Amino acid sequence: MSETSGREVPAVVHIAIPRGTGTARSGRTLDGMDDELAISVRGLRKAYGDNVAVAGVDLDVRRGEVFALLGPNGAGKTTTVEILEGYRRRDAGEVSVLGTDPAQPDADWRSRVGIVLQGTGEFDELTVAEVIRHFSGFYPDADDPDKVIERVGLAGKAKARTHTLSGGQKRRLDVALGIIGRPELLFLDEPTTGFDPEARREFWELISDLAAAGTTIVLTTHYLDEAEALADRVGVIADGRLVEVAAPNRLGNRQEALATVSWRTPDGTLESAQSATPTALVADLAARYGGEVPGLTVTRPTLEDVYLTMIGHAR
Amino acid sequence: MTTTTKPARPAAASRGRRPAAGALALRQGRLEITQFLRSRESVVFTMGFPIIMILIFASIFGGTIGGGVKFTQYFITGMIATGLMTVSFQNLGIWIPIERDRGVLKRYRGTPMPKWVWFAGKVIMVVAIGIAETALLLAVAVALFDLDLPGTAGKWLTFGWVAVLGVTACTLCGIAISSLARTARSGSAVVTPVALVLQFISGVFFVFTDLPTWMQQVAALFPLKWMCQGLRSVFLPESFGAQEPGGSFELGRVALVLALWCVIGVVLCLTTFRWTTKRDG
Repeated sequence: MSETSGREVPAVVHIAIPRGTGTARSGRTLDGMDDELAISVRGLRKAYGDNVAVAGVDLDVRRGEVFALLGPNGAGKTTTVEILEGYRRRDAGEVSVLGTDPAQPDADWRSRVGIVLQGTGEFDELTVAEVIRHFSGFYPDADDPDKVIERVGLAGKAKARTHTLSGGQKRRLDVALGIIGRPELLFLDEPTTGFDPEARREFWELISDLAAAGTTIVLTTHYLDEAEALADRVGVIADGRLVEVAAPNRLGNRQEALATVSWRTPDGTLESAQSATPTALVADLAARYGGEVPGLTVTRPTLEDVYLTMIGHAR
Repeated sequence: MTTTTKPARPAAASRGRRPAAGALALRQGRLEITQFLRSRESVVFTMGFPIIMILIFASIFGGTIGGGVKFTQYFITGMIATGLMTVSFQNLGIWIPIERDRGVLKRYRGTPMPKWVWFAGKVIMVVAIGIAETALLLAVAVALFDLDLPGTAGKWLTFGWVAVLGVTACTLCGIAISSLARTARSGSAVVTPVALVLQFISGVFFVFTDLPTWMQQVAALFPLKWMCQGLRSVFLPESFGAQEPGGSFELGRVALVLALWCVIGVVLCLTTFRWTTKRDG
C-alpha cells in the first residue's frame, strides 16, 4: 500500500491494468489520496425541499475499478452520480473526483471525465459522425472519431441522422460521446435501460474493454446481473444511504450465508434445515436414508435474495 | 502492493494542447448554422416570414405615403426589423427551450467546452442567418416593388449599426426569455405573443404615428420600435424625420435605447440562464 496515502484502504485491492495509450506520470502529486482513489466521498447529503435524496453517503472508488451503484428507482443513484459529475450542488459532505471538487469543475477536469447521462441529449438534425466529430474538438487529447464510431458498433450508421437511430443505437452514441475525450473516469447512468438481451451483452463487452484499458468506471443500474457481470465492487443504495459495499459475490456475506438443505421425509412432507456445514448434513442424511435422499436440494441465497433483503431492510 | 503497480494515467502535460477558443467558437457557429438550415420549419418560418409579409403588404398597399414615397419604402423598414427580431429573439426563445429539454445543453456542460463558446455559436448563427435573410428581403423588394436602396455610405453605416445593435439586444433577450419556458413546447407560447404584440405596437404593420399616443409610448420602452425608427432614417428621405414623434429620427436615442437593452439582456442572461430543466436540478 502506498505509504503516502495516509488512509486505510479496504483489504480488497484491485490492481488496474495500465492504459496502453497513456504515458506514465513522472511525478507524484502531493495529495496522496489522488494516487489511489479516483473518487472519495464523505458524508454526502442532498435534499430537494423536504425530500432527502442522499442521506450521508461515504464512498471510495479506486483507480481502474469498475464500481456499480445498485438500487431501486428513487434511491438516490442519479443524484449521487450527478453531484460527482459536477451537475448538482451538494448540501453537505466532502467530495473529491480525480483530486478535484466537482462543485468547481474546470476545463482540464472536464476533459478527464466522461459522462453518459440517463437521458439522451439528441441532435436531431445532425449525423452520428458529425456529432462525434464535433465533440471530439472539445478535448485536448481526443480519440479518433472514426475509431470510436467503430468501437461502439455504429460504423454502419455513421452517416445516419441521429433521430433515425433505435434506442439502443442512441445509447451507443451517448457512450461514444462519453469516451471520445479518452477519459480517465467514465460515468454511466443506467446505460442499458430499455436494451434487449443481446444489445446488453454487446454493451457489457464494450464496458469490459474500456475497463481493461484502465478506465475507471462508475455505473448505476437497477439490474443485478449487470452489476454482477461488470463490477469489481457493488454499492447498494436505498433511501439515500449506502447499505453495503462489496464484491458482487460477497454482497450480504453471501459466501458465508447458511445453506438451506431440503429433502422429503418418507411420509412425503418437506423438511428443511439451515446449515453452515451442508455437506456434513447431506452425508448424515444419506446415511440415514441408506443412499439416495428423496427431493434433496441445497441452496444458497442468490444475489437477488440478498439484494431484496437489503433494500427491504432499508425501508 | 508497491507503488510500481499503480495504474498509469496520462499526465496533464502529456495531453494535447487545449483547442483554441476562437476556432471552437467558429466550429460551434458552423454546427448551429447546419442545424438551422436542416430544420425545414426554421428556414421556412424564420427566413420566409418577412418575405411573405412584404409580398402581401406591397400587393395590398400599392400607393404612396405622401411626398412621392412608396408604401413599400416605409414598410421595408418594419419588415427588416421584424426579420432581425425573428432570427434572434424568436428563433432563440423557441429553440433553446427545446435543446434544454432534450438535454443537449446538459451534454455540452459535461464537456470541457468553455461556456461562452456555446453562446458564441448561437450569435454566429443569428448573425449569418440575419444577414442572409435581410439580403433576400431587400433583393425581393428591389426586384418586385422598385425599392430604392440607401444611396450614401453614411446611410449604409447607419443601417449597419442599427442592425448590429438591434440583433445584439434581441439575441440577448431571446436567450434570457428562453429560461421562462418550462418545457420544450412552451417556448413558442412564451415568445410568439410577445413578438406579435411588439410588432403591432411598434409600427411594423402600420405607420407608427397613426397609432394611439399611449401605444407609441409603450412601444418606446422596447427595442423593436427603435430598430424600425433607425431603419426609417436609412430608407426614407431626410424630411420624413419631422413626422416622427420626436420631430426627428433621433438616432442618438435609438443607439441609447438599444444599447440599454443589450445591458438588460446581458444581466438577465447572466442571472437567469439555465443549462438544465427545473426538474433536472
